[in-house]
Amino acid sequence: MTIAEKILARASGRKKVEPGNYVTAKIDMAMMPDAFRLIRPLLKQAGIPESEFKLWDPDRVVIVTDHRVPAFDVVNARAQKLARDLARSLGVKHFYDIFAGVCHQVMVEKGHVLPGQLIVGADSHTTTYGALNVASTGIGASEMAYVLGTGELWFMVPETIKFDIQGHLSPMVTSKDVILHIAGKYSTEVAQYKAIEWTGSAVDEMSIDARLTMGNMSVELGAKFGIFRADEKTIAYLKKRTDKPIEPVDPDPDAVYAHTYTIDASKLEPQIALPHNVGNVKGVSEVGDIPIDQAVIASCCHGRIEDLETAARIVKGKKIPKTVRFFVAPASWEQYKEALDKGIISTLVDAGVMVGNPSCGFCTGYQGVLAEGESCVAATPRNFRGRMGSPDSRIYLASAATVAASALRGKIVDPREVN
Amino acid sequence: MIIRGRARKFGDNIDTDTITSGSLLHLATEELAQHAFEPIAPDFAKSVREGDIIIGGNNFGCGSSREQATAVVKQLGIRYVVAESMARIYMRNCVALGLYPVISKGVSGLFAEGNEIEIDFEKGEVRNPKTGEKAAFEPLSGGSLEIVNAGGILATLKKRMGK
Repeated sequence: MTIAEKILARASGRKKVEPGNYVTAKIDMAMMPDAFRLIRPLLKQAGIPESEFKLWDPDRVVIVTDHRVPAFDVVNARAQKLARDLARSLGVKHFYDIFAGVCHQVMVEKGHVLPGQLIVGADSHTTTYGALNVASTGIGASEMAYVLGTGELWFMVPETIKFDIQGHLSPMVTSKDVILHIAGKYSTEVAQYKAIEWTGSAVDEMSIDARLTMGNMSVELGAKFGIFRADEKTIAYLKKRTDKPIEPVDPDPDAVYAHTYTIDASKLEPQIALPHNVGNVKGVSEVGDIPIDQAVIASCCHGRIEDLETAARIVKGKKIPKTVRFFVAPASWEQYKEALDKGIISTLVDAGVMVGNPSCGFCTGYQGVLAEGESCVAATPRNFRGRMGSPDSRIYLASAATVAASALRGKIVDPREVN
Repeated sequence: MIIRGRARKFGDNIDTDTITSGSLLHLATEELAQHAFEPIAPDFAKSVREGDIIIGGNNFGCGSSREQATAVVKQLGIRYVVAESMARIYMRNCVALGLYPVISKGVSGLFAEGNEIEIDFEKGEVRNPKTGEKAAFEPLSGGSLEIVNAGGILATLKKRMGK
């Protein structure tokens, strides 16, 4: 069996599962961000009295308020108040209010994620934890209500495809460029309903931060799961965050893959996803002169220390032109603190970067909103029309390196030209 | 069982921000539904009729897990969402809310906006009765069919809780 099949078999109490089987699986962890506030009206609508609704296991539920923080209007303030109240009345043990960070980063760095687990989250980017050898995926709020009450959910066992990323990434070419390249070459549906296993020498060489970016964006390829094998980096990352036993899951030698895609990482140049689709990808050398009004490094996809360090290295001692608004938001307060201690934040601020609080805001149009006709180059996971503001604005997705270099030049450039 | 309805056509990669803008998610479903598909079809909510059937292209409903993008469709009286292919979470959300997702390769080209559609669940066919053209689909089975038949996953939960 593949990693996904082994995890689903274990979670559904079966010896073996095959693609296409329907299983009812026990959930190891359930995570819900701001959508948590919907649980109350959903229960009411379904005629389920809240007083009789009990969390199946308060230790396995994590709630994070992260999307629109701190509240910028009364509507959001009310929603956050409701979430606090609901967390209290339902007895949520792991409730992270606005001071923790973006939910997926909070999950991995607070030790809520372990290899071999089956995790669901009420956010599409829940695939992020695949970087730590986890089968994790997004579901909607009603399904989450069901999970919170029962600890179970139905799954169809997906086929697994393998992306074998061979060779070595060149300097300033990153995991983001790999996944954008795949979205462009094989489409944003290459993994629709499927599990991905990420393997190969270039993947082995990636940091956990870089793998988290690829786990995160596996959903942009349609994937149910985007799973990496656990190696010594995975174990070291987790040991700092949890005392629980770490039991990696490897695929069986005779595991069956629906398809294996081989990519030569050595040949990749920095990639750009043009508006308004993640699959609308070109190499940076092919896009010509694209002036930008805004640059962003943030979100569950980026904003980790490696990205912040890269940005700081590129802008150090230089000035962002006055025509560009460059926003950086660390993915969590832990990342923020580390960046402060390392002097990264002061390097960024000296260069004229506005550093924001950890939140989903810069990626989702709640902070740094774009006006009609404006363009933004973004190290975030999605460039859908209107996501960051006006439907007539444009979002170009790229790595943190490309974003920082482009911010300096006021147009989209190859980061290798700037350093 | 054969279902008939009027086709409401959409193209490829209709994302959840297009169906329900992130900036409107604080609205209640009734109000939010009035803005469904607004960026690409501003009159959709006004022109939709009970029993209309969505015909999407590839990767319908891609993007966010926001259930509101499915709830607004249900609110507008749509019960069947047909597409060439559907984003995984959107498909799950259809099932969770008691809508029937129909994934059928080649279906998009069979219909123009407003055409009559027939969905034949026994034969697993989507048909255009006027042209006689048809496309195959795999009817739901297993856990997902049970949930759709129950009217959604919260109805299932209520039953399980003995309500």
